[in-house]
Amino acid sequence: MSGPTNPPANGADEAGPFAFTKANLALADEIIGRYPEDREASAVMGLLDLAQRQNDGWLPPPAVAYVAEYLHMPQIRVYEVVTFYSMFNLKPVGRNQVRVCTTTPCWLRGSAAVLDACRETLGIDLNETTEDGEFTLTEVECLGACVNAPMIQINDDYFEDLDGARTKALLDLLKKGDKPKPGSQTGRQCSAPLKGFATMISSAKTKGTEGD
Amino acid sequence: MPKLTIDGVEVEVEPGITVLQACETAGVEIPRFCYHERLSIAGNCRMCLVEMEKSPKPIASCAMPVAEGMVIRTDSEMAVKARRGVMEFLLINHPLDCPICDQGGECDLQDQALFYGFDRTRFEEAKRSVKEKDFGPLIQTFMTRCIHCTRCVRFATEIAGVEELGLTGRGEDVEIGTYIEKALVSELSGNMIDLCPVGALTSKPYAFTARSWELTKTESIDALDAVGSAIRVDSRGGEVMRVLPRLNEAVNEEWISDKTRFAYDGLRRQRLDRPYVRRDGKLEEASWDQAFAAIAGQLEDAPGRRIAAIAGDLADCESMLALKDLMAALGSVHTDCRQDGARIEAGERAGYIFNTTIAGIERADACLLIGTDPRFEAPLINARLRKRYLAGGFSVGFVGPEVDLTYRAEPLGAGPKTLGEIAAGEHPFAAVLDDAAHPMLIVGQGALARPDGARVLATARRIAEETGMIGDGWNGFNVLHLAAARVGGLDIGFVPGEGGLDVAAILEAAGSGGLDAVYLLGADEIDMAALADTFVIYQGHHGDAGAEAADVILPGAAYTEKDATYVNTEGRAQHGRLAVFPPGEAREDWKIIRALSGVLGRTLPYDDIGALRARMIEVNRIFAAPDEARPAEWGAFGTPGPMDPAPFAYPLENFYMTDPITRASMTMAECTALARSANKDKTGTDG
Repeated sequence: MSGPTNPPANGADEAGPFAFTKANLALADEIIGRYPEDREASAVMGLLDLAQRQNDGWLPPPAVAYVAEYLHMPQIRVYEVVTFYSMFNLKPVGRNQVRVCTTTPCWLRGSAAVLDACRETLGIDLNETTEDGEFTLTEVECLGACVNAPMIQINDDYFEDLDGARTKALLDLLKKGDKPKPGSQTGRQCSAPLKGFATMISSAKTKGTEGD
Repeated sequence: MPKLTIDGVEVEVEPGITVLQACETAGVEIPRFCYHERLSIAGNCRMCLVEMEKSPKPIASCAMPVAEGMVIRTDSEMAVKARRGVMEFLLINHPLDCPICDQGGECDLQDQALFYGFDRTRFEEAKRSVKEKDFGPLIQTFMTRCIHCTRCVRFATEIAGVEELGLTGRGEDVEIGTYIEKALVSELSGNMIDLCPVGALTSKPYAFTARSWELTKTESIDALDAVGSAIRVDSRGGEVMRVLPRLNEAVNEEWISDKTRFAYDGLRRQRLDRPYVRRDGKLEEASWDQAFAAIAGQLEDAPGRRIAAIAGDLADCESMLALKDLMAALGSVHTDCRQDGARIEAGERAGYIFNTTIAGIERADACLLIGTDPRFEAPLINARLRKRYLAGGFSVGFVGPEVDLTYRAEPLGAGPKTLGEIAAGEHPFAAVLDDAAHPMLIVGQGALARPDGARVLATARRIAEETGMIGDGWNGFNVLHLAAARVGGLDIGFVPGEGGLDVAAILEAAGSGGLDAVYLLGADEIDMAALADTFVIYQGHHGDAGAEAADVILPGAAYTEKDATYVNTEGRAQHGRLAVFPPGEAREDWKIIRALSGVLGRTLPYDDIGALRARMIEVNRIFAAPDEARPAEWGAFGTPGPMDPAPFAYPLENFYMTDPITRASMTMAECTALARSANKDKTGTDG
């Protein structure tokens, strides 16, 4: 009885209509092209990401509806995806989205101090946005960088090997409009061992291993 | 065929089935919440865990296909412990409010908790609570009770074809809901109440009115459309408390439409519970004797040719036959059961039934719909068409106004012109039908209840014959009826006899003073103004249009109040059963006619329902085989000739209100209002 193209009711008016820019239209079709012809729904996450980037980091209802229509999916199926992943935002967010991992490995390595530093430096609590619209603070589950725990993600970059002080320095840089270097904040290369190599250090001729 | 061992017993099962199904064939019942035979497999409740040899962990039996040599244990310590664990998790957020929950007593979770539940809680955190959702006027939600089995989501998506429900959020925040908060509108929504294994979705009209264990359950047949769904009428103290579906694979599987399920409150309102006689222009209460005397006085001197009878859409076969016999005894041949003026003759049975049968739809591979919107005219036939569509390789085309059937259907044209082209083989869809191994067509009342209906019927017959719909073991020609009484009426022969008048002619004759009396057997959908100057006898159960126009009212029984036979659109004769007694002075319909025949001095020769049913079999052999849809011989029907080019129009203005019972129902009125506002939203005229 009700068609699939009913305009969404909540917040639709403030948000205004949504449509991909020309450049994003091309990108969208490229993403859809990665999947078999009758499997265009597979592109839903790519397109939502595209839409979110185009719309200052969040997805208003018209954008969700737009993506649904673009992929010929019922809106609820797209909405399920949006609500499942913490990377999609249904409310406006700050320019820098600070996501603090508090899952067990990070927590064991001091994520509580990192989170406190964020609260203190930014002056906001979890799921809040600073008044100037620069920062949004959220808590997330494991982001898969446990080797360099604790870590936070700011927009597309990981910042690792943090503690309270380093977190504060990092955020202060961002506040000034600088671009801190992503990756380990202690200068270690990728996920290399903290205290130098511990394995495969003897010559190839040596038979057997010497423990860890 | 794979062999596996279940609890030490070796069984051989069909390949491709799941372990859970294999256990069932071995007679072991596995507890489950999310698994349902008619829905896709979700595997998310984990209640069906069993132990499989060589697997370190228990497996979800609903999602595991059987394989050769599997050794399954359903009662081992591991399996039972796993289920206990699952149950404990399910109960973490489930409120312990069984005493105030309508599902109590028929709740899967309650039953399983008895076997696998833990007697105290180890969860000391706060239980979550979830906001209620708007599922319309039929479904009450208590979303805090939801265990996220997603049966309702899968039902809405797969069976009902309204992709509006989903599972949003994740982890502890997961919820069932619609995208934008709006009422869910589906003609099959009530089935989600049955599917819900807990008390999250319960019936709103039934809320807090009865407990399942105090209800008397009567197996019966629905009469509110021509599908003839198998129903169970639950009653208490002479009142119908609710209507539930009953399993009938051939007809309704295990679903019923919302009209069938929720119109029962109409059975309590606007009832005719005593006879009435019009005196000085006013209907006054009367005794049966007075009512019969008034009729006898009017009919005494009336010649048979000046008496007519019209049977309504809810009439049962017994009363129609009794009335037909009475009319014959009075010398009248003016009988008709086609209130809407459908141009269908009683002669060739294949020309007025759904020959393919509802289950037969699953064998079809192309379907042409002519002037019918099965989604609302027969929701369960539409559900079967959708089921067939989802199986793949099924092309559907329709001739008539634009319509949303919940599956892809090609609009072919608006009316007879397109139909003529298909018959002549000039339309591309003719080739689709030609190429199909089992093509079928469904012609609806929107195409037949018009002056050129017989010609439309003939054209449909031509299409059937020329595209190979009639063959060995396959008959693809189908007529979709709207009224439960219609096929039975045609089978009984409740149509004008030699030189008799049909409904339109009866009304015309009555309007011009050509009739002395018209007997309306529950007929309410005709133009009563034409009967203003004629003596009208109305026999029925609701104070609707017919009762208003009547001079004598004989209070009859509704379909839940009598043992009666209805023939569904497939030509399947089925017995409805008395669940509660008719209210007040009202009586079973055939008995009223039998009693009246005595007063009129033309006593009908049957004293009990057995004798009457023997007479029915004498009239038509199909009544000898109840519950069967016997194939009908193909023959000539319809009248070839040019059709009126006017496009077809669908007959149902409002799915929820089609007869006196549904018109008296408050629930149906609410559904109507909601459907109207939903339609308005669509056009953007209403905020």
